[in-house]
Amino acid sequence: MRITVAPDMELQQKLEILADAAKYDASCASSGAARKDSRGGKGVGSTGGAGICHSYAPDGRCISLLKVLLTNACLYDCHYCINRRSSNVQRARFTPDELVRLTLDFYKRNFIEGLFLSSGIIQSADYTMELVIEVARKLREDHHFRGYIHLKMIPEASPALIEKAGRYADRVSINIELPTQQGLSKLAPEKNLARTQEAMGHLRERIDERFADQRRPGALKPPPFATGQSTQMLVGADDSTDAVILRRADVLYGDYRLRRVYYSGFSPIPQPSSLLPLRPPPLVREHRLYQADWLLRFYGFKVEEIASDAAPNLDLQLDPKLVWALRNRACFPADVNRASREILLRVPGLGVRNVDRILSARRFTRLRLADLVRLRVPMKKVLPFLITADHTPTRFGLDDDALRARFLPPPRQAELDFHSPPAATVGDLVSVRSGEL
Amino acid sequence: MHTVPIQPVFESWRDRARELLASGVPPEEVLWSDEPQAPGLFATLEEVAPRGAVPKVSPVFLDLARSVAAHRDGRRWSVLYRVLWRLTRGGERHLLAVATDGDVRQLQQWAKAVGRDIHKMHAFVRFRLVAQDEATGREQFVAWFEPEHRIVLLAAGFFERRFAGMDWSILTPDDCAHWDGVTLHFTPGVPRRAAPDEDALDDLWRTYYRSIFNPARLKVSAMQSEMPKKYWKNLPEAPLIADLIAGSGGRVEKMLRTEASAPRPAPKNRYLDSLRDRTAS
Ligand code: SF4
Repeated sequence: MRITVAPDMELQQKLEILADAAKYDASCASSGAARKDSRGGKGVGSTGGAGICHSYAPDGRCISLLKVLLTNACLYDCHYCINRRSSNVQRARFTPDELVRLTLDFYKRNFIEGLFLSSGIIQSADYTMELVIEVARKLREDHHFRGYIHLKMIPEASPALIEKAGRYADRVSINIELPTQQGLSKLAPEKNLARTQEAMGHLRERIDERFADQRRPGALKPPPFATGQSTQMLVGADDSTDAVILRRADVLYGDYRLRRVYYSGFSPIPQPSSLLPLRPPPLVREHRLYQADWLLRFYGFKVEEIASDAAPNLDLQLDPKLVWALRNRACFPADVNRASREILLRVPGLGVRNVDRILSARRFTRLRLADLVRLRVPMKKVLPFLITADHTPTRFGLDDDALRARFLPPPRQAELDFHSPPAATVGDLVSVRSGEL
Repeated sequence: MHTVPIQPVFESWRDRARELLASGVPPEEVLWSDEPQAPGLFATLEEVAPRGAVPKVSPVFLDLARSVAAHRDGRRWSVLYRVLWRLTRGGERHLLAVATDGDVRQLQQWAKAVGRDIHKMHAFVRFRLVAQDEATGREQFVAWFEPEHRIVLLAAGFFERRFAGMDWSILTPDDCAHWDGVTLHFTPGVPRRAAPDEDALDDLWRTYYRSIFNPARLKVSAMQSEMPKKYWKNLPEAPLIADLIAGSGGRVEKMLRTEASAPRPAPKNRYLDSLRDRTAS
């Protein structure tokens, strides 16, 4: 192979190359780890509860972990990836000790929650996996580090190594990358959907074991293992529709119990491949997928209600819950003082938290419009769909063909231009994070 | 009307509120004052010495009150007392379940603002290495932070749990927290100049910040809603932001103009061969 890595590169330059190489992985979560901390120990670190974003980059993404590759040299040729073997990007490689130092130094300054380590594949899956594990082992065993560790697994690595990695990590992940084997065969010829899902299945077993029987008296302490796995799917690099993407996500949540599926709109890279589309998808597509994902996980929606063969792609202009409500007007208006939780969750503009507040408050009082205003419900959005003690939308309003038009963004914003994506008002973005739709 | 002077901390309010409640003083008759004051200026509480039992109140309310007390809004003491009154003497036992009630909503919003401020303190405190204890080998760190509310006492436990293995001080204008490996203790606030400005690691951190940013996905408003400008002055990475934003357009255009490269054939490698065999079988 022609890839060479300069041996005496400065740490700063390595960091530059290997952080740049890792930035296309959308996940940076540091939540959901078991509760542990450094009291009474020799080192630093704590996890448990919600993760913390220690900074934000101007791309709006949370910076929570030191997210780097161990090396960006890679045998594989995944065409969406800047590190693929046919890219001319400069290569670098951390030694395990350099990474350990960097993680601890950053951690002690409260820059990060921990380490998210991934790597290009060198020599073989097992060889690479062992290098990655060695970093985690040193942190945990030599330095008593109790902060967050997320390790990227290579599905082809041997089960024993995957098991070992999972013992040091709080979170493990394997990227599914694309929702179909056809997509992978074309764009990531070394990757294989069946192998990836098989490895996810093994991880699921280990994770389930970890949680099983914990509460039974006298039960054996479960083997230490990561508390969850996640994955990332690329959007817009192949021609998969949103329906195909969401169906795959649904399988991953259901059969493999993933904590999170991250959707990453394919974004241009400095070393583009001739196999890729020239133009990236609009950022708003990724945003709509996240909204749909929330609907699946927290709002009781089924994939077919959001994206079907008849309408395989999400509406870029309106959020998927509103689109569903407009298509199913017969379900509305819903009475805020009487409707079930399931129905209230389907009202555009009502998020999980406000629905629960409503359910709790209406046991003691009859809710009026002013009560919803106090809950900061977006009134313009909910009014056509809700009955309150002092408001009933006119039937005419719901049947009106112009109802959809009322919700459309002003025309200037609707232009799907890459340089000024229509995305996502701040409100939208906050809603993605909080899950309030 | 009773003017009730208190220290601007939860415990002080709680003690007075308990007495007032036991004496049956309704909220309309109480004027809370947490301004520093000369002694003897106000009528003291002797005239409302407790006459009855103190009604019980749920721990949920006490938790809420503890958070609200850290808020800087001057109206908090009176709203807290009004809600306490309504919960106990007012016969509205379930009041806290009514999130649509004006008073409850107000308390929840204050508590939420305090919670957010605590969270941001956990996120944006930046420790600077100042020394290493020769005897113990423990590293010593100092941080400067300017919280919006009086949250240092509420926020400090997190740092103790996380950074038990190092000595640290967090300095703020209101209160300072210190950990020496054994005890957590607090001292009064100090001015900015008491804390160091820089750390040798800041440059590496800035390198990381610059490199992890993806110029093809500029979303400045999303960044600012989570990391408001008021925090920037104490973040070593913040001075980079303007240039990163300004340079992003050019970087993306360059990417889009770069000629695409064709796939490169696989090198000879036993592992890659084995992959092909596995896929074929
Ligand atoms: S395996 Fe594929 S995605 Fe991973 S670093 Fe190598 S080329 Fe990139």
